Amino acid sequence: MSTRAQKWLVSGPPLVYLLVFFAIPTLIMLLASFQYPGEYGGLAPLFGTGDPDELSGLTFESYQRFFGDAIYLGLFFKSFLYATATTLFCLLLAYPLALLITRSPKKYRDLLVLLVILPFWSNFLIRIYAWMIILGPQSLFAKGFNGFVGLFGIGPLPLLFSPIAVLIGLVYVHLPFMVLPLYANLEKHDPALLDAAQDLGASSWRRFWRITFPLSLPGVYAGSALVFIPALGIFAIPDILGGTDGILVGNLIKQQFLDSRDWPFGSVLSMILTLLAILFVGLAAWFARRK
Amino acid sequence: MKRKPWLLWTAGSLVYLFLYLPLVIVVVYSFNDSRLNAEWVGFTLKWYDVLFHDEQMLSAAWNSLVIGLMASVVSTVLGTMAGYAMYRYDLKLLPVLVLTPIAIPEILLGVSLLIFFVMLNISLGMLSIVLAHIAFCVGFVAIVVRSRLSGMDESLVEAARDLGATQWVAFRRVTLPLIMPGIIAGALMAFTLSIDDFVITFFTAGVDSTTLPLQIYSMIKIAVTPEVNAISTLLMLLTLVLIVVATRLAPGVFRGE
Amino acid sequence: MALLEIRNVTRRFGDFTAVDDVSLSIGAAEFFTLLGPSGCGKTTLLRMIAGFDQPDGGQILLDGRDMAGVPPEGRNIHTVFQSYALFPHMTVEQNIAFPLQMAKCPDDQIKPRVREALEDVSLQGKEKRYPNELSGGQKQRVALARALVNRPKLLLLDEPLAALDAKLKERMQLELISLQKEIGVTFVYVTHDQEEALALSHRIAVMNLGRVEQLDQPAQIYSFPKNRFVADFIGECNILECGVATNVDGVATLELDGLGSVQATGANGATPGSRGALALRPEKIAIARDLPPTDCVNRFNGKVHDYLYTGDVTLYIVEVQSGHRLEVMLPNNAVGRSSKFFEPGDAVQVGWRDDAGHYLAD
Ligand SMILES: Nc1ncnc2c1ncn2[C@@H]1O[C@H](COP(=O)(O)OP(=O)(O)OP(=O)(O)O)[C@@H](O)[C@H]1O
Ligand SMILES: [Mg+2]
Repeated sequence: MSTRAQKWLVSGPPLVYLLVFFAIPTLIMLLASFQYPGEYGGLAPLFGTGDPDELSGLTFESYQRFFGDAIYLGLFFKSFLYATATTLFCLLLAYPLALLITRSPKKYRDLLVLLVILPFWSNFLIRIYAWMIILGPQSLFAKGFNGFVGLFGIGPLPLLFSPIAVLIGLVYVHLPFMVLPLYANLEKHDPALLDAAQDLGASSWRRFWRITFPLSLPGVYAGSALVFIPALGIFAIPDILGGTDGILVGNLIKQQFLDSRDWPFGSVLSMILTLLAILFVGLAAWFARRK
Repeated sequence: MKRKPWLLWTAGSLVYLFLYLPLVIVVVYSFNDSRLNAEWVGFTLKWYDVLFHDEQMLSAAWNSLVIGLMASVVSTVLGTMAGYAMYRYDLKLLPVLVLTPIAIPEILLGVSLLIFFVMLNISLGMLSIVLAHIAFCVGFVAIVVRSRLSGMDESLVEAARDLGATQWVAFRRVTLPLIMPGIIAGALMAFTLSIDDFVITFFTAGVDSTTLPLQIYSMIKIAVTPEVNAISTLLMLLTLVLIVVATRLAPGVFRGE
Repeated sequence: MALLEIRNVTRRFGDFTAVDDVSLSIGAAEFFTLLGPSGCGKTTLLRMIAGFDQPDGGQILLDGRDMAGVPPEGRNIHTVFQSYALFPHMTVEQNIAFPLQMAKCPDDQIKPRVREALEDVSLQGKEKRYPNELSGGQKQRVALARALVNRPKLLLLDEPLAALDAKLKERMQLELISLQKEIGVTFVYVTHDQEEALALSHRIAVMNLGRVEQLDQPAQIYSFPKNRFVADFIGECNILECGVATNVDGVATLELDGLGSVQATGANGATPGSRGALALRPEKIAIARDLPPTDCVNRFNGKVHDYLYTGDVTLYIVEVQSGHRLEVMLPNNAVGRSSKFFEPGDAVQVGWRDDAGHYLAD
């Protein structure tokens, strides 16, 4: 059998599957973003029956609607801010953890890494639900917190169904995605570098900022991409932990498809989200390569 | 090395606490004899009892199991082929198609498949969920299999050919046994991902195809009872078992992806 | 007829020629070595013989049959890989049985033949071990046994001893020689270690930049290198640029640049008036405070610049007049050597006989 035939035999089935169930649906969504909404939800037909009352064919209507109202761009911006904040907090929490694992004795490292991944493998909803319990008004934590801020004459503040709850949920769910690439990077550093720096008289603070951190930037970029991009499109966390005004782009997309059933507009939002995601993936890859 | 270990230790331990405390609370409250997830009243197993008599929950669990099995079998076969093809040949399109569904926000795959299924008149239900799950599980299996392959010494296959094995025999007798732990780990991973998936299932499920995550979601949204804690605890236990098995088979497979 | 004929084989990677018009002919039961510096194309040539790679030009014939288009499994050639390439999921026994199974050997014959192969490499009792439970030398033996168990016509060995420590390497070299003699399989052996090549081979092909520079028996290659590359690559060598003054029946007077005239016998290629070089092995140069007058025709006064003590011998760098440096080797047990070594700065005499050097024409 020729190599060419073999190549197609092996790569063909997954290729066809992903073309049919990923590439084509994405293209259909692109097409849908230029269609009219159907009378009873969904999409209006592409080719009309000739009935003058019927909407059919292609239109920029949904794009006009999107760019015509600052609310929508504002929502994207809000999602962007949430995703950025999530990325920063994840970085802040992940760095010491990754560093700790790297500097632990070799035999414990795999276990410590596994301990980071384990919560990630438990169901996503369960992890969010856990924070509903912790932040709920009757919880010890909420009582303690409000008791504390009450000393300063503030509160009581609702913790659940607030932006803070959404942010905590986002950080909690995405943290492992930051720890793993960071650790993978830090693990490769030569410990002799730090010894050399210490030898040359650098304080531990300077050693960190002058050596460890700059060398770890590729890991930081990779982790940031892995956190930022999913966080941008999340809908379940604001849906469960957020208040009524806590919606993000993901929630709007969900609404368009399931509640108001305006698929073309939902597709517009999805396409823009896709483009943003691709843009950020590209950006992260570019940054990582430049290092 | 004595580089301020206490500072790092404190910070690191706090982060581990942050990771685990919520899950511990869920488990603990699943044994709490109170409808509220607040004060500890007393130990009980009644929420597990409620759970095992909850028809909806049981049928959702059954659905999840069926979907998980079907999706993981198919995606393991396709993912292994994709991983092997990506390792062996210089391909342009396949890696993009394999990796993008994982890289972009899940909701995008969910809604585009929703449009696709409705357009093709594929009724939303078990089948559409399985098809959707395969689409994103293939990538994870492919990554695990490919990384296993690139850890393999290429000269082993050459040695087999050299000693008289045809290409197919060399694959069956040498390559396949050596990457088998990766394939099994990939299969377990696909199963776990499918059982756990909420977002994509949310968009591709029909009325009579509620899965466990969908059931949990509606309980969280509508009426929280400690029954959710009980099912959560059981699910965590199941995942834990799968993970232990997978890491035994292929140490390090869950790292770096 | 030769067992393996390589005719004008060329292999290019892009515009880089890794193997350049190589022709070799290797006989049955020969221990043949490809020797050359790293990157000179040895592995590439070996992979084409084994069938993992195809030549861009030329032919490879095994037993007179053209191997073009014959896949590795269709050639009666086995390879011992540098990394051993033992199947990690099979025991020693299963590894060795593999080629027999591939050759559809009847089941009842497999066991005795595996046992026999293990005896050949003295590894009895290790049948049930997995490769990761073996030492480097034992893995090496299993790889050999596996490659030899169904008696291929030709065995290719790509730096098989490179990963072993010096002691073990020496022992394995001796075992390889006796094994090859015993079973009579042709060995094509690749190495960049010239000592190993000289010790093992019946014939050596010295390669450089994809070409064969010289093909000869070890003693010939060492004593009569064909050109500067070979002289320099094999062993230590002083290469002294010179012009030819006279040549009477192969006894030439050479004008060494900056040193003066010397006599050299056996310089048949030296035409008066032409230029070349005199290749002079360090051990062929005598060194003493005062050389006995009868000993050497060619002699120079000099000064020890530096020395390198290596246990059995000492290598002196001697600076002769006009600043030229010569490498001179003295066995540490040399007769008449004083207990004291020469020190840097010591005045010495160096000299060599007229048949000590080897003239290389340009
Ligand atoms: N597949 C390839 N593609 C491009 N260049 C290659 C390839 N294989 C070998 N080369 C080049 O061909 C040259 C010869 O390589 P080869 O492996 O034959 O060297 P070698 O003599 O075996 O060296 P070593 O002693 O280091 O093993 C090298 O410069 C190498 O870079
Ligand atoms: Mg080589």
